[in-house]
Amino acid sequence: MTINAMTAQQVTQKILNNEPLFILDVRNEEAFQDWKIEGKSLTYLNIPYFDLLDGVEEILDQLPVDQDVIVVCAKEGSSVMVAEMISEEGRDVSYLQGGMKAWSEYLEPLKVADLRDGGELFQFVRIGKGCLSYMVVSRGEAAIIDATRMTDVYIRFAEEKGAQVTHVFDTHLHADHISGGRELAEKTGATYWLPPKDAGEVKFNYAPLKDNKIVKVGDTEIAIHALYSPGHTIGSTSFVINGQYLLSGDILFIDSIGRPDLAGKAEDWVKDLRETLYSRYKELSDELIVLPAHFMIMDELNENGTVAEKLGTLFSNNHGLNIEDETEFRKMVTENLPPQPNAYQEIRETNMGKISPDEEEQREMEIGPNRCAVR
Amino acid sequence: MDIKTNEVLDAKGLACPMPIVKTKKTIQNLDAGQVLKVEATDKGSTADMKAWADKAGHQYLGTTEENDVLSHYIRKSSDEESQEKHHPHVVENDALQLFDEDTLILDVREAAEYAFGHIPGAQSIPFGELDERMDEIDDMKNIYVVCRTGNRSDMAAQKLAAKGYNHVYNVVPGMSGWTGETTKSN
Repeated sequence: MTINAMTAQQVTQKILNNEPLFILDVRNEEAFQDWKIEGKSLTYLNIPYFDLLDGVEEILDQLPVDQDVIVVCAKEGSSVMVAEMISEEGRDVSYLQGGMKAWSEYLEPLKVADLRDGGELFQFVRIGKGCLSYMVVSRGEAAIIDATRMTDVYIRFAEEKGAQVTHVFDTHLHADHISGGRELAEKTGATYWLPPKDAGEVKFNYAPLKDNKIVKVGDTEIAIHALYSPGHTIGSTSFVINGQYLLSGDILFIDSIGRPDLAGKAEDWVKDLRETLYSRYKELSDELIVLPAHFMIMDELNENGTVAEKLGTLFSNNHGLNIEDETEFRKMVTENLPPQPNAYQEIRETNMGKISPDEEEQREMEIGPNRCAVR
Repeated sequence: MDIKTNEVLDAKGLACPMPIVKTKKTIQNLDAGQVLKVEATDKGSTADMKAWADKAGHQYLGTTEENDVLSHYIRKSSDEESQEKHHPHVVENDALQLFDEDTLILDVREAAEYAFGHIPGAQSIPFGELDERMDEIDDMKNIYVVCRTGNRSDMAAQKLAAKGYNHVYNVVPGMSGWTGETTKSN
């Protein structure tokens, strides 16, 4: 029977279309528990490949015949081996091309909105890791916000849109993934903007983002308005695009809020976080569409796969925006926090330009789920 | 750290699943209780080696890393737990708390087992080398023989007693139940 190589893009399509898919994850149990492909239409079986070296007969009756079965491992090798064994037993089966490594790196570009004068706003969903980045395209120019290290994807996308990348922004110094901002700026000649309070230790040149700074993209009035919003980091900055879209970075998510502890300063930054969420954001229009830098759970995705919600809706529904008592708020964001992201210190140092790990090391550093939020 | 093993498997440059596939094959040719060193460069091999060994009943001893090469140490399963003890003088692990200058802790596990965790001050002579190295043992001391579960130490204690060592005690269960301090070899 046939073996089919399924790409991360094809798996993403199935998840977004709510098509059933049976995942036979052959990584070790710890790796599976820590991080796996998520989706409402998925069913799972986790059996490490090393338990299947003598054959797959014993698990055949656990594999459905009425839906697609995909074997998944870390880097593809073991899933191909197991898929071949299943195929030899007379079953059709797929394996995930590139394994969880490819899954972690895949970006699905989704259009969030048409902007005036033919401009467009795209959200790049890094579905395997929960990172969200953005591209504004207007009249032959493009701006990219919170880029991942897969810089070629953005460059190719901009080319397809016939746009030159002129501005690259990071809302803050990221601790959970390696920023592609600097590399993108170097490759395209764009200006790289960073909040100066987060960039105190960086080893490269950048343009400092200041409160109320307006950067224009294209020759029309598509304006990116920087809004100083400390809390997740001391320099965290939100952007308001055209007075309609609020790019909230790691300050506010759909179903959670940012955690203030990833630079070791939770106690110091709690006040800033509360001030940003409960005062600065409160003054903004309820009609703004919040576009965060992360999602944590698949429930945060809209029907079309985008992650976006009105600020007013978040003020009524997001638990983190509805804690009246300051002491209780402090407790929530400083105690019982989820584990810190894998290698977050090294990731911060990489984003500061202090260390330069090679691609394989960067992959290892980013392995695992996103953990930037508190719920 | 150079640790003596019975066999070395070179799995360098091989991607998953090959390090485990080869380890499984190689360990089949070893005798129960022997130690295999697997050299690999696949970073994911550490977690998999440990999980596989636990399931297969082998003893995962530990991993060292040098110049991007990982060395995994695995001891082939043996049915030690079921064996009957014969040496008459048996003490429990607690007896080792009363360590003084007249006490000698003799660790008869394999060199790799000792290397990844032993009682500070314990002397290492693997059971298989005991006959030829017995003269390294100070017969004026009270000798407390330890292994992982009390079986190899039982056999070692019998050997020592047969050679005329007077104050020899088999410590049970040994390192598998040891909750006190341990140290690694450098």
